[in-house]
Amino acid sequence: MSAPTLGAVWRASLRRELTLIWRSPADIVQPLFFFVVVVSLFPLALSPKPALLALVAPGAVWVAALLAVMLSLDGLFRRDQESGALDLLLTAPVVSVVPVAAKLLAHWLLTGLPLALIAPLLGYMLQLPVAVLDTLMVSVLLGTPTLTVVGAIGAALTVGLNRGGILLAVLVLPLYVPVLVFGAGVVRTALDGLPTGGLLAVLGAILALAVSLGPVAVALGLRISAGD
Amino acid sequence: MWKTIKRWYHQLGSPRYFYRFCEAVLPWLVPVSLALLAVGLIWGLVYAPVERYQGDSYRIIYIHVPASSGALMGYIAMGVAGLVALVWRMKMAEVMLKALAPFGAALAAVSLLTGALWGKPTWGTYWQWDARMTSMLILLFLYLGIMALQNAIRDPRQAARAAALLAVVGVINVVIVKYSVEWLNTLHQGATLKVVGESSIDASMKWPLLISMAGLWLLYAANVLIRARTEVLSRERRSGWVRRLVRDEEA
Amino acid sequence: MDAPRLTVRQLGCERDHRMLFENLDFSARNGEIWQVTGANGAGKTTLLRILVGLHGFYQGRVEWSSPLPPSLLYLGHQPGVREELTARENLEYNRALSGQTGDPDAALAALDLYGFEDVPAGRLSAGQQRRIALARLWLDGKDVWILDEPFTAIDQQGVAALDQRLRQAAAQGVLVIYTSHHRVGDGVHRLHLGEDREVAR
Repeated sequence: MSAPTLGAVWRASLRRELTLIWRSPADIVQPLFFFVVVVSLFPLALSPKPALLALVAPGAVWVAALLAVMLSLDGLFRRDQESGALDLLLTAPVVSVVPVAAKLLAHWLLTGLPLALIAPLLGYMLQLPVAVLDTLMVSVLLGTPTLTVVGAIGAALTVGLNRGGILLAVLVLPLYVPVLVFGAGVVRTALDGLPTGGLLAVLGAILALAVSLGPVAVALGLRISAGD
Repeated sequence: MWKTIKRWYHQLGSPRYFYRFCEAVLPWLVPVSLALLAVGLIWGLVYAPVERYQGDSYRIIYIHVPASSGALMGYIAMGVAGLVALVWRMKMAEVMLKALAPFGAALAAVSLLTGALWGKPTWGTYWQWDARMTSMLILLFLYLGIMALQNAIRDPRQAARAAALLAVVGVINVVIVKYSVEWLNTLHQGATLKVVGESSIDASMKWPLLISMAGLWLLYAANVLIRARTEVLSRERRSGWVRRLVRDEEA
Repeated sequence: MDAPRLTVRQLGCERDHRMLFENLDFSARNGEIWQVTGANGAGKTTLLRILVGLHGFYQGRVEWSSPLPPSLLYLGHQPGVREELTARENLEYNRALSGQTGDPDAALAALDLYGFEDVPAGRLSAGQQRRIALARLWLDGKDVWILDEPFTAIDQQGVAALDQRLRQAAAQGVLVIYTSHHRVGDGVHRLHLGEDREVAR
């Protein structure tokens, strides 16, 4: 009987996932909006003094980006699960890692990547020196895919549960610690005028680990949630 | 050697054999662990010599160190059990994983509490974001996450497998967390006071530490076996051997 | 007679401390149609999920004579249709994912969805969404069909067309297993879950 090629499934999946997100623009806009709003809360809560803001800016931008990614993941598999599409994915004659990886890539391209692109603007608003804004963007660029993949493991494990949101946070936030530490740390290091290459390499290594093993874990998590 | 390990693996993988194993081991494991713990603690808290720089406050290590190591070992054991449960679909590994969580979480909490009590005289504050305290805090969060996930899923087998995946991911994470918070502390040097050297610990202080550590670990093991035994009975309640057991008990 | 495609031995499944079914024994061959019946909550959906490998917690054995996934056409309790996608996009994606062959537009037309190909599924009725999912039965390349309540939300005409399609496929050697509350037709094997409370008419 007929089984599809991996390439065909990858292309069809990627096109489908991109179309799906593209057709519900709220999924793209809302994480971005959340990101901007949370960052702008910091000057209001702390103090508008530029010197203080510059000090907390790396952490503030990073925490906000991290929460934005996490919240965007809550619904990653929900509609597929409710519509039954997830069961079709899991019974398809192709390792589920392929369509799952396509889904993760599409999700990151339309939510994580925009966060990285807008991060320098928010850093500037928090009085970060222009010289470190590129480091901020690169750190968010390298960090958000890891956040997406690791968070997706949590989303896969909680997909059928009613109280998804807060439980997802409880599961995923401790797993986000290393990315947060190194991500915000890179920017602070740049602020101190020190070289950042090594730290960016660490972020890259974590990213490589997450991207290579993560989709397998996500696919396994979906199987477990389906009842296997 | 390898054959023995393999036989053990298969035997402990059978719920019925596991139950018999518990019945045989627990009657002495519980008293032995409690006795060791009592000896170690009394020796350490009362009779061990006073430390040169910290005075008596150092004595909290006789609780703090066993609890910290137990919490870490417990989580690593959960990761191993999780891997076995996922790869070989071994039911007993699922059971062990579930049984490991509560006591491990309690140990992590004890470690944080005693660390704070120790911190007050040593650092001058109950809480300090030093590498070890921070790692232990994250470890506690990871424990609580696993327990929350298990709680949220109704089917016990599905809950166990979900927790297994989370535990495996968590163990990888623990390693990276450890490096990241150590690096974080080198970035902000200063605050941490390293009063007690790590390597130089006198034998008169070391022995009670080792004994209380052994005692606490064995107590943890006993707790795991008791929890696992209950879970096994619940899971196997429809099987012949559990029914016979209940009948014999009632007779 | 050829060897059974599916052999089920001593199958039992427990959910929420209740046995859904136990000691289920049957074997099914290519070219046969099996209808699974039973009251609500009898475990029909769970049985199908076990057969397709989605539900892994059961006792007993489920054996397929050759690996199932390349042969399987599974329609779950939910149609698996995303409302944001058009009828054609939904079908094309599922065709690519399962490795089926055939013309999506012709399949949609066979289910009276001609002219609705480019309409987002969200704007179609529940019955029409169901038909998008069923259109996969008019594509080629699968010889084990496992369908959960395929007749739900379909009008009489659709029911007749679907019934005819199932028989036609079986005649070509497809093994069809579906759940339904009603309508046991001629030549259909019946598998009843739960106590036998069947009312003779």
